[in-house]
Amino acid sequence: MNGPQDLGGQMGFGPVAPEPDEPLFHAGWEPRVLGLTLACAALGHWGIDESRHARESIPPADYLRFSYYRIWFTALCALLERHGEVVPEELALAKVLAPPRRAERCLPAERVPAVLAAGGPTERAVDRPARFAVGDTVRARVMHPKGHTRLPRYVRGAVGRVGAVHGAHVFPDAAAHGQGEAPEWLYTVAFAGADLWGPEAEPGLVVSVDAWEPYLERA
Amino acid sequence: MPHDHDHDAEDMAARVRALETVLVQKGLVDPAALDAIIETYSEKVGPKNGAAVVARAWVDAEFADWLARDATAAIHSLGFTGRQGEHMQAVFNTAARHNVVVCTLCSCYPWATLGLPPVWYKSPPYRSRVVIEPRAVLAEFGTVLPEDIEIRVWDSTAELRYLVIPERPAGTEGMSEEALAALVTRDAMIGVVRDLAP
Repeated sequence: MNGPQDLGGQMGFGPVAPEPDEPLFHAGWEPRVLGLTLACAALGHWGIDESRHARESIPPADYLRFSYYRIWFTALCALLERHGEVVPEELALAKVLAPPRRAERCLPAERVPAVLAAGGPTERAVDRPARFAVGDTVRARVMHPKGHTRLPRYVRGAVGRVGAVHGAHVFPDAAAHGQGEAPEWLYTVAFAGADLWGPEAEPGLVVSVDAWEPYLERA
Repeated sequence: MPHDHDHDAEDMAARVRALETVLVQKGLVDPAALDAIIETYSEKVGPKNGAAVVARAWVDAEFADWLARDATAAIHSLGFTGRQGEHMQAVFNTAARHNVVVCTLCSCYPWATLGLPPVWYKSPPYRSRVVIEPRAVLAEFGTVLPEDIEIRVWDSTAELRYLVIPERPAGTEGMSEEALAALVTRDAMIGVVRDLAP
């Protein structure tokens, strides 16, 4: 979706602001949100694509004003409500009013190291060949899906070159919406700066994105 | 600092506490698991992992070659596996090319080798600008590059996570792998800094 998350090439946000002391967290509730987000992911109701879509579905005026972990928290509440694990009144009252659905899948502390170390690889086997090869010239499709997508707006319509083929991976546009993993071939596509930004592009700039096959057409 | 300081911080603390209370009482979340997750990313996983990868690549040409061909396997062989490090790609700086990493769509970052990202990496100024004016952004980090160097920006739009391998600084011949790793900074492995000091 053309949501607030799709920031590449937008202007007006001002300089990057590194922090000299750079604390990992800026409030005591922030590490709790990190922990809750990872622990709740283990319940298996949703995957990374659905959680990203929940974050980008926050209205732009809120998304851009919220701190990072507030974005995570807002999305986590939406996901838990969507999958029937909490009802809004419970959050308002800090009181249990409805039974849980997947308590049997609660992540116990002793399994945390193994679960974090395993991660969630996304490469999948598919029985069809890749449509593009390294060196092919491709165009990023002009597309504006209302659901989740990982093709940023700034490359849509631009012509680039396939730099790598990475096997087939879970397709976010399907997985985010409960449509299964629907794996598709994944490519790294490199675009010359001038093909993205025109004659005022900085010299010697090449930008690449990782793009699934349905995002690309032969140019 | 428009992006990481909420005016309603107290309200957030109460709301997060409410959610945690409800989830723990329902048996959906084990409070000890929360502590274990937080401890992992606060204390155990950080940029030292990435620095060890870079130092190994500097001293061991065979490892560097493996890293270039199959970064996932090479990095996993050092024990740095897991969440946000499932699929890795190493991108090597050369005299003619400088690499820099971003996620314009969210906050994708190689947790397994660099730990949790800094706030600026996740913020709109960095995400919006580094794909369109990387030279200007790098200059804000004190990195001014000649115009004939190619700047390669890697936007991590899938689950591939990029690790920039800086060039080994001159004058480090004979240094131990551990001493070399101590020279490698997180910012150099993101690519906002290019030169490391011996």
